[in-house]
Amino acid sequence: MIEAQSLCKSYGNFIAVDDLSFSVEPGQVLGFLGPNGAGKSTTMKMLTGFLTPSSGTALINGIDVTENSVAALHHIGYLPEGAPSYGEMTVQQFLTFVARARLIETRLLADSVARAIGKLNLAAVKHQPIETLSKGFKRRVGLAQAIIHDPQILILDEPTDGLDPNQKYEVRRLIQEMAQDKIIVISTHILEEVEAVCNRVMIISDGRLLADDTPRGLISRSRYHNAVSMVVAGAEKVASILSELPEVAKAELRDGELTLFPAQENGLFEAITAAISRHQWEVASLRLEAGRLDEVFRSITRSEATSC
Amino acid sequence: MLNIMRRELTGYFATPVAYVFLVIFLVMTGIFSFYLGSFYERGFADLDPFFRFHPWLYLFLVPAISMRLWAEERRSGTIELLFTLPLTTLDAVLGKFLAAWVFIGLALVLTMPMWITVNYLGSPDNGVILAGYLGSWLMAGGFLAIGSCMSALTRNQVVAFILAVVICFLFLLSGLPMVMNLFKGWASQVILDGIAGLSFFKHFADISKGVIDLRDLIYFVLVIGFWLFANVVILELKKAE
Repeated sequence: MIEAQSLCKSYGNFIAVDDLSFSVEPGQVLGFLGPNGAGKSTTMKMLTGFLTPSSGTALINGIDVTENSVAALHHIGYLPEGAPSYGEMTVQQFLTFVARARLIETRLLADSVARAIGKLNLAAVKHQPIETLSKGFKRRVGLAQAIIHDPQILILDEPTDGLDPNQKYEVRRLIQEMAQDKIIVISTHILEEVEAVCNRVMIISDGRLLADDTPRGLISRSRYHNAVSMVVAGAEKVASILSELPEVAKAELRDGELTLFPAQENGLFEAITAAISRHQWEVASLRLEAGRLDEVFRSITRSEATSC
Repeated sequence: MLNIMRRELTGYFATPVAYVFLVIFLVMTGIFSFYLGSFYERGFADLDPFFRFHPWLYLFLVPAISMRLWAEERRSGTIELLFTLPLTTLDAVLGKFLAAWVFIGLALVLTMPMWITVNYLGSPDNGVILAGYLGSWLMAGGFLAIGSCMSALTRNQVVAFILAVVICFLFLLSGLPMVMNLFKGWASQVILDGIAGLSFFKHFADISKGVIDLRDLIYFVLVIGFWLFANVVILELKKAE
């Protein structure tokens, strides 16, 4: 369990993280979402004891990182931002070094290295120096290093940055696989990733917590939530007719697609399908919107920026 | 700590650093003792001309080894990886220092042909030679501890190198008249003795004469201990910068 207790970090007058408190339970995959420079990495560095908080602290399974970081770090696997590693070492050497530092017993050493290599598909390059590898491989070496001791808590700073779509898919699958009994904290600025792997999202901007919700909960904050989008012949006319319906709050036409926003919680889709069959419109596509995370993200982080 | 030491040592040999250093060290010790030290012309079967130039050689070669110890970790970001492994700062500092020290020890061992040569040419006092090696290695440790500490101050290896050379130079010269004259006249005798006592030269010269005085050994141990302690403190204070 991770408990962050009013974490603050300031550099001179600049406040990087401002009074952040939260706790994460096993089984949760928490995504830190925020614009660049929002304080995501700084928070992760404080959770792992690499940065000392200006005030506040974090407990890792009950151990205070600011007081006993070595004991706390035994519970954590950490992928630092940019996945740094020793370039002159081969993948195998590097992972063996980390496994030893993680105090894995000598007789289990080879097994745990082989398992990490297998999980991240690194077998083909295990004897190559890391500096000769592509960005995607380096990132996977960083991930292998983080999971080598099968930690209960995984903190991953931008785990899929620099990976191609297939590799991203693989890494997300790996995260989901491990998620059951672990605590996983990832930071990202890729919105689809949050929807794909996280069951909890914290939006951070300017070091402050702006939203803490499930991805579904966040999406339902969207003004597109339960809206209906359609492509239809004679869209202007259709729009003016549909705007008259009591279920429709507003109609918007953009790039040939007509979006109708609901006036109340339910009933919009049914009302529109009824109207379509009544008027015999030629509809090319029709869908019910779940909501758009990017729009929620923008509205939350931007309204914050303008209010300052 | 042993794990870090092993990683560092293999790291030296995975890059050209080790080979370049070893070759230059051997060539330079050779040049210094044969040309500047008049190894043959003196007609004595000892290694004094060999050891005499070690302080000057170390002044530039040891900072060249030590400059990357921490500056490189900072530049490449691996310092974050290292300090989020369950290790203490002391473990990391000692591991890195010992690896570099063992490496320099290896360079010294490779100068063995010098020792074989004097034994072939005459019958030297091998005890004195052994003491010379010990003194030389201890002095290298002192330089190394200074260099490691300076390397922790910056992410720029060139800055680390220059800082280390300057501090090592001060430690070398503190016993020479050039420096002592600056203090003479206004500083008390106790301070003068203190400054003179800090010199690497004097303690190295004592040991390499074959007189292994406990005080000289303690001096080097204290110098190494002090700078490594400062190294730990600096890293604790500014790990992430």
